[in-house]
Amino acid sequence: MIRKGFSLKSVPESAFVTLLAMIFLYLPLIVLVVYAFNQNRVSTIWTGFSTIWFERVFADDNLRRAAWNSLIVALVATPVSTLLAIPAAMGFERELRFRGKAAGEALVALPLVAPEIVTAIATLIFFRLIGLQAGLLNVIIAHIVFCIPFALLPIRAQLRVIPRDIEDAAFDLYGTRWGIFRKITLPLLMPAIAAGASLAFVVSLDDFLITFMVAPAGATTLPVYLYGMLRVGVTPEANAAATLLLVVSIAVVALSMALTSRRT
Amino acid sequence: MTASLAALSPVGHRVAPTLSASVSASETASRELVGVRGVTKTFGAGVSSFNALEGVSVSIKRNEFFTLLGPSGCGKTTLLRLLAGFDQPTSGQILLDGDDIAGLPPNKRPVNTVFQSYALFPHLTVEQNVEFGLVQQGVQREARQRTVERMLQLVRLDHIAKRKPNQLSGGQQQRVALARALAPQPRILLLDEPLSALDFKLRRGMQVELERIQRETGISFVLVTHDQEEALSMSDRIAVMDAGRILQVGNSTEIYERPNCRFVADFIGEANLFPGSAVGWVSPYVAVRPERVVLAIHKQSMPISLPGTVKEISYLGATTAFTIELTDGSVVKSQRNDAPQGLDSGSTVWCSVHPEHIIELEG
Repeated sequence: MIRKGFSLKSVPESAFVTLLAMIFLYLPLIVLVVYAFNQNRVSTIWTGFSTIWFERVFADDNLRRAAWNSLIVALVATPVSTLLAIPAAMGFERELRFRGKAAGEALVALPLVAPEIVTAIATLIFFRLIGLQAGLLNVIIAHIVFCIPFALLPIRAQLRVIPRDIEDAAFDLYGTRWGIFRKITLPLLMPAIAAGASLAFVVSLDDFLITFMVAPAGATTLPVYLYGMLRVGVTPEANAAATLLLVVSIAVVALSMALTSRRT
Repeated sequence: MTASLAALSPVGHRVAPTLSASVSASETASRELVGVRGVTKTFGAGVSSFNALEGVSVSIKRNEFFTLLGPSGCGKTTLLRLLAGFDQPTSGQILLDGDDIAGLPPNKRPVNTVFQSYALFPHLTVEQNVEFGLVQQGVQREARQRTVERMLQLVRLDHIAKRKPNQLSGGQQQRVALARALAPQPRILLLDEPLSALDFKLRRGMQVELERIQRETGISFVLVTHDQEEALSMSDRIAVMDAGRILQVGNSTEIYERPNCRFVADFIGEANLFPGSAVGWVSPYVAVRPERVVLAIHKQSMPISLPGTVKEISYLGATTAFTIELTDGSVVKSQRNDAPQGLDSGSTVWCSVHPEHIIELEG
């Protein structure tokens, strides 16, 4: 008998399992969005279409401040972490050997695999230890740090795909190190940088655990504020705020995907 | 040629050396452009180290189409990378116009490379690709534009200057790579198996193009290839390499007609190889090209005429190839168009060779 490669198509159940997984993933999101437009105060009983909860969200000073904080943190943490990730990626992928390269690679990737609660507690203790009480800046610093590995992922992957011959050719054609980076490597990396930045943005925007630990009073971000709201009971305002968060996240990812596909 | 070179040069200061009728010894020395002197390149260290090049010495002349020919792993690409500056020799000198350039990085050498993969900059247009080296050299915009235009005319691509590399065919990409490497007016152009990615017909066309461009620019070309036909048809001189050494340097006729060792005789074309003693010769080995083995029904009045049995016949159109087993068991190949009619597998036939067609090999 000829042995063929395994194909999921040969397992009819796979379609069903996929469907089930999709329902579990997306049905709650759909319900959340739908009930954000519910007229009723009790968020599980549908009585009619309304945008009143969005109006309430926009009128709620605390919620608005939390949303602004989230945006400020993400808008600062994204470019800073991406700018740090670019030279890190170049170092890991383009320098042949340097002391502690393997250790450095492992350390940078650690936040991706370490339980977030560990990072959160460690960051909190560290900030207490050095007495850092800079309000929103505390949150921003923490976000920059955990965003770096996310921004790094697509940039490193892209560097691995760009043939070395191309940079060699630029070197051969009288390019300086900086000239080659600016004229050749950086433009070829742009789609990956956009992807890395949007990943960092989304991760920063929806981070709860680390922010919850390190955010001092007055520096609450939207996810942390929403959690606070839920403790009092699920209200339609929470639905509306979460919907807005969802829309921003999807918009950012869609934008970066559009940029990436246009480039290539 | 001098005129076309002056036309190509952005400043017009370089003139090809005129070849006088009698070339004195000092002039011969001054015609050397590149001198590779006792170069060894070792990769790795300790027990796992190996010599990619072992004491290689070779001289490349001005305005020459020079080819490094050998099987994969023979060290030809390593030598090319040393000339380009991507690697440094472990020991030995690389001279350009008498100056040791072994320590200079690629961006400090007037040497450009056409990469096997072409390595075009995918985000830049054809024009911008060709312009890249000139921009890095700080050439003024107007001079740059003139050079780019001339280069694109030289490789016959002036009609697609605004396209991106992914909109070009393989052959066109090859020409862009060539124009890009020629634009900064290098002293030497290195070509790393440039035709290996093209299909057969394109390859033949590009061979002719490369020869033309070399003549028109007067720049020394150093080509790396494992394709002996390519080497024989294009090169002024060929260096045959094996196992990190250069075995023989010579023009196509010399390499083919007078190989100096078994490896060269066997690698270039086909050869029947015998120990010298087997045919009453003093040299340790002799080679006979299949087209020099005359077949006849009767013994011929030549010093070497041996009987054998036909084992295989393949008709090749212009010629017919025969495999013959001699009475002592050795096998001889003949490939001619004048074999007797009616020969068949199992026929008895006499294989004869003129003495002047016997190639003496030293080892």
